[in-house]
Amino acid sequence: MLRFIIKRLLTMIPLLVGISFLCFLILRLSPGDFVQSLYSGDQFSDEIRKQVTHEFGLDKPWPVQYLLWLGNAARLNFGISLSTRQPVAGMLWERMGNTLILSLCSMVLAWGMAIPLGIMSAVKRNSIIDRLCSLMAFTGISVPAFFLALLAMLFAQKTGWFPIGGMHSNDYEDLDSRHRILDMIHHLVLPTLVLGFAGCAGIMRQMRGSLLDTLRDNYVIAARARGLSETKTVVKHAVRNAINPLITLFGFSLAGLLSGAALVENVMTWPGLGRLILESVQSKDIYMVMGAFTMGATMLMLGNLLSDILLAVSDPRIRMGK
Amino acid sequence: MTTTSATTPPDYIEDDQAPSETPWQLAWRQLRKNKAAIAGLITLICLYGCAILANFLSPYRMELRSDQVFQPPSPIRFHNADGGFSLRPYTTQLKFNPSDNAFHEVAGTLEPVHFLVTGEPYRLLGILPLRIHLFGAPDHIPFHLLGTDSDGRDVFSRLLIGSQISLSIGIIAICITFSIGLTVGGIAGYWGGRVDSVIMRICEVIMSVPQFYLLIALAGLLPAKIDPRLTFLMIIIILSFVGWAGLARVVRGISLSVRELEYVQAARALGVPEGRIIRRHILPGAFTYASVAATLSIPGYILAESGLSFLGLGIKIPFPSWGNMLSAAQDLDVIQTKVWMLCPAAMIFITVLAFNFLGDGLRDALDPKLRR
Repeated sequence: MLRFIIKRLLTMIPLLVGISFLCFLILRLSPGDFVQSLYSGDQFSDEIRKQVTHEFGLDKPWPVQYLLWLGNAARLNFGISLSTRQPVAGMLWERMGNTLILSLCSMVLAWGMAIPLGIMSAVKRNSIIDRLCSLMAFTGISVPAFFLALLAMLFAQKTGWFPIGGMHSNDYEDLDSRHRILDMIHHLVLPTLVLGFAGCAGIMRQMRGSLLDTLRDNYVIAARARGLSETKTVVKHAVRNAINPLITLFGFSLAGLLSGAALVENVMTWPGLGRLILESVQSKDIYMVMGAFTMGATMLMLGNLLSDILLAVSDPRIRMGK
Repeated sequence: MTTTSATTPPDYIEDDQAPSETPWQLAWRQLRKNKAAIAGLITLICLYGCAILANFLSPYRMELRSDQVFQPPSPIRFHNADGGFSLRPYTTQLKFNPSDNAFHEVAGTLEPVHFLVTGEPYRLLGILPLRIHLFGAPDHIPFHLLGTDSDGRDVFSRLLIGSQISLSIGIIAICITFSIGLTVGGIAGYWGGRVDSVIMRICEVIMSVPQFYLLIALAGLLPAKIDPRLTFLMIIIILSFVGWAGLARVVRGISLSVRELEYVQAARALGVPEGRIIRRHILPGAFTYASVAATLSIPGYILAESGLSFLGLGIKIPFPSWGNMLSAAQDLDVIQTKVWMLCPAAMIFITVLAFNFLGDGLRDALDPKLRR
């Protein structure tokens, strides 16, 4: 198991190099100079522009630039932000933490809702509950996440129960640590609900389909024939086997979750990684974009790794196989 | 399946002569039973029909501005000025009153709405020059079926023209993705070896980045001052670039597994040439799966386009798309007081729902395991 994890972690390295190279290529191919767009006003002389260009190492040929960046990134030094002149890494950790909090909470909510609902609609197939769940699932898949976020903001404004966007209140700095956490949770509720609802639908459909498949299997019939109670048959026999395809889904759903989070963060002004990417792409802050890109990819890959480990734990066939 | 082979006598008639249905007929019969899928199919035919006829159906030009800013939908009455019932709808003028900050009907302006009227010239499907529109009110009465937006443009007309963009983006992008995915995936799966591993590494790189991050980065770097028509093209290219990797991987997996199946081995043993094996035995298996995957991923493209345009990274004004029309509704005050501005969201919802219903139905219809 440990060897498997280490092997997987090692294969992540060339992938990350590939991703950062792709990102660098995109940034270089796009028209417009980073320095030109930041120091475009008349108050900056050509001298200053030249100096800044030199300072950020943008006057070197681009393969050298990339290799320099790569060498530094390997030591977790992601360079200096062009716009804020602060180290990228600090900003990156903060934003990544925020995205992680939001994603984890929505994930817990989505899975916590989807699994029981999926089981219920499979067991009571074609009942009213099943119909309602299907309706909810199709709605969840079909509503654009950003629109749901807009509606949530409207709800916050109308009722006044929740803050309208953001992550902290204005007086956050003056609060003690207990109230800080409460304040953040208060801000977290709506974005979590939006993302959780959007993510719940697909998982629920998969759980339902997968459980319906296993309920037809011979060992379920055998368990019933042996006189096991229906609850025991479903929970102990069918659900356990039906859950494996869902663990594979876990990795995919993570990609969707991060993408959805990027939109929701932008609408609800949650200071996460997706918002950071948009901001820094617009200001052509090359090092910030590259850092955020690499971090996003790392999160996704670690999530996929986690789902593979979970799969190996839950399915002995995979554990024995390789 | 085992029971049927036991009860019916084995027949060794050539496949072509057997009175059985082709797989497509079978799938269609299966699909017809699924009410939701058929409802989705009909909705989509209507939506795409409206998009094709958009210029004919819309009473105004999409970029025509008026001083009626944020006018609510024009009232429709089924009685004439005398109060008698009339099958022909009538409308009245709405005028903004600054004192109470609202639009009010102007008395005595009840005018009939005419059908098949002559109006702005346009080219149907970009070819046929026409001047005829489905309906229109007299010129001095502004008739906005779904109100106007922040620049006084007719929302109904923009919704229709926007549907041309929003609906076609999904289809064009999926066609590109589909052909790249099928070709590249097929090559990787069939050839295997070094070609396979290089292609798969590239796919993994693209798939390891959260999709929307990549979309934001690519779309955000498009220069702000390019022809909006070019933006449309670029958005399609970007969406396809991000999307092909997933499909290629799936197709590769299928062709890898199909390659080793008995019937392919049998065909090989019988000396069927390689090209024919790929065409007749490997691709059909991958094709049905991929077509379901394609139908189910069109909504993703539509949602991605609307998300990008909503953030201001996608389709640029003056061209309307459902996403960029919604970005005008980002203001919470607008959502509350100008509900008609949310029509594009409803259209996105209906379209995506229809595609999901149809895709789900197709998957069930094409899945041999469920045909019992």
